[in-house]
Amino acid sequence: MFETSELNIKNQRVQRLYKLLFLMMTMLLILPVLLILGTLVVKGGSVISIDFLFTAPTDGMTAGGLFPALFGTVWLVAVALLISVPLGIAAAIYLSEYAGENWFTRIINLAIINLAGVPSIVHALFGVGAFVLFFGFGTSILAASLTLAIMTLPVVIVATRESLAAVPHAFREACWNMGATRWQTIRRVVLPNAVSGILTGVILEVSRTSGETAPIMFTGAVFFTPFLPQGIFDQTMAMSLHLFVVSTQVPGVPEDLPYGVALVLIAMVLLMNSISIGFRTWLRGKKKW
Amino acid sequence: MNTSSNAAIDNPMEFAIHTEKLNLWYGTFQALFDIDLDIKQGIITSLIGPSGCGKSTFLRSVNRINERLGYVRIDGSINVFDHNIYDPAVELVQVRKQIGMVFQRPNPLPISIRDNVLFGYNLHSEGKRASRSEQDGIAEDALRQVLLWDKVKDRLDSKATELSLEEQQKLCIARLLPVKPGLLLMDEPCSALDPKGTEAVEELIWELRGKYTILIVTHNMAQARRASEECIFMLMGKVVEHTATEDMFVTPRKQETADYIEGRYG
Repeated sequence: MFETSELNIKNQRVQRLYKLLFLMMTMLLILPVLLILGTLVVKGGSVISIDFLFTAPTDGMTAGGLFPALFGTVWLVAVALLISVPLGIAAAIYLSEYAGENWFTRIINLAIINLAGVPSIVHALFGVGAFVLFFGFGTSILAASLTLAIMTLPVVIVATRESLAAVPHAFREACWNMGATRWQTIRRVVLPNAVSGILTGVILEVSRTSGETAPIMFTGAVFFTPFLPQGIFDQTMAMSLHLFVVSTQVPGVPEDLPYGVALVLIAMVLLMNSISIGFRTWLRGKKKW
Repeated sequence: MNTSSNAAIDNPMEFAIHTEKLNLWYGTFQALFDIDLDIKQGIITSLIGPSGCGKSTFLRSVNRINERLGYVRIDGSINVFDHNIYDPAVELVQVRKQIGMVFQRPNPLPISIRDNVLFGYNLHSEGKRASRSEQDGIAEDALRQVLLWDKVKDRLDSKATELSLEEQQKLCIARLLPVKPGLLLMDEPCSALDPKGTEAVEELIWELRGKYTILIVTHNMAQARRASEECIFMLMGKVVEHTATEDMFVTPRKQETADYIEGRYG
């Protein structure tokens, strides 16, 4: 009565086959990550040193370090975040906590989706037209960061909306029923519980922004400058553009130098990501409902 | 306990809630028909009736949380403490402050026990926030009223969401008290609790009688019988009977009431 039938065996075999297939697909996913990291460490690991991180390029960029680029990327990302984070969070709060479902919010949602879909080179050209030329910021950190900010805005908005939506509706109801206004509810209950998700979104954003090349190459990042930027109206070097330059534009660069630059860039991004994930785990552990 | 500014005691009038020809529609569906009710001040009144009879709808229109749905239309009037709460001049925040609401599922906020109790109080005293010791006194007083003080006094700073359901529900009642509401609405406050929790919360509700006017919706007839002084039986959006609880369960005047309390439908 309870013996295994032919059909059972056949079904089990098919089931194992599919499991194996899915497992292999998953392995395929992590393969590129391992390959990229492995190649970078093997080929570029030798150039990494304290000097490499904290000195400027020398000998026509064929030797020396990458400090101006590292410093410039920090500037670009910081200014971009200062612009996009407050703007994006405010917009997300409006959209998820105040706005109803109507034609106006539908248009805004459509605009956000489209903004996220615009290729980065188009953002770059828009940045040149709007910030460099029209507003007259010139090629500067400000123009480049504004371009990056506009590009990253949709991600901040989406991440914030998702974290706000993850706060159970019952908490809002509870507040409203005690006579709290929308803002009191947001300020005292919704935001404190959404902050981990928002911060995670922001930090992930940092990593994405730091790797962008196209939007900054016409708006504020330069090929080479021996000077560190003094303010937001200065031009600067940047990691991503520097990598592009030493890989393709300068003759006579030793083979391991671009790999070293790439390794620093990816290490920076991975560090940001790990901080973000660690932070999220820590904040999640703190909240219980 | 300081109840000197408690509306239930200050106001000399007899009725806490007075409705006239109250009709309510959800879109095109009419949920309440010509509700004329006078609910006495300072006692516990229970609302019973089968599912969908409109008892929760009525409760929710007394502090105007129904209208948040957007498609609710109301006709007639609801006077709470002699004020028509549907008057355009009425401030909704004051309605929510004076009329506290307790839900089926305890909904403490994910903050400390102490902050939960003081949440409403701090909302309504912005700008002139009480000192720490005053706040402690207020929290203690509210928690004592709900018979929770001895259990939680040593862990006021731990998360309210870590309490048991029964304690959470008591906390949800406690946090209404510091703003001194006159009227407490309870929508099946025990239905998420186990029998022991139910008993404890019922006991608490009984304890609060006199200090507050309490209107409680319940599915549990034994509860209505144990924990209320007057009882309203509703059926299909209409009030069938409204009498003293003991009379309703011993000598119901209407056939429908008798059928319901004997369990012939539910």
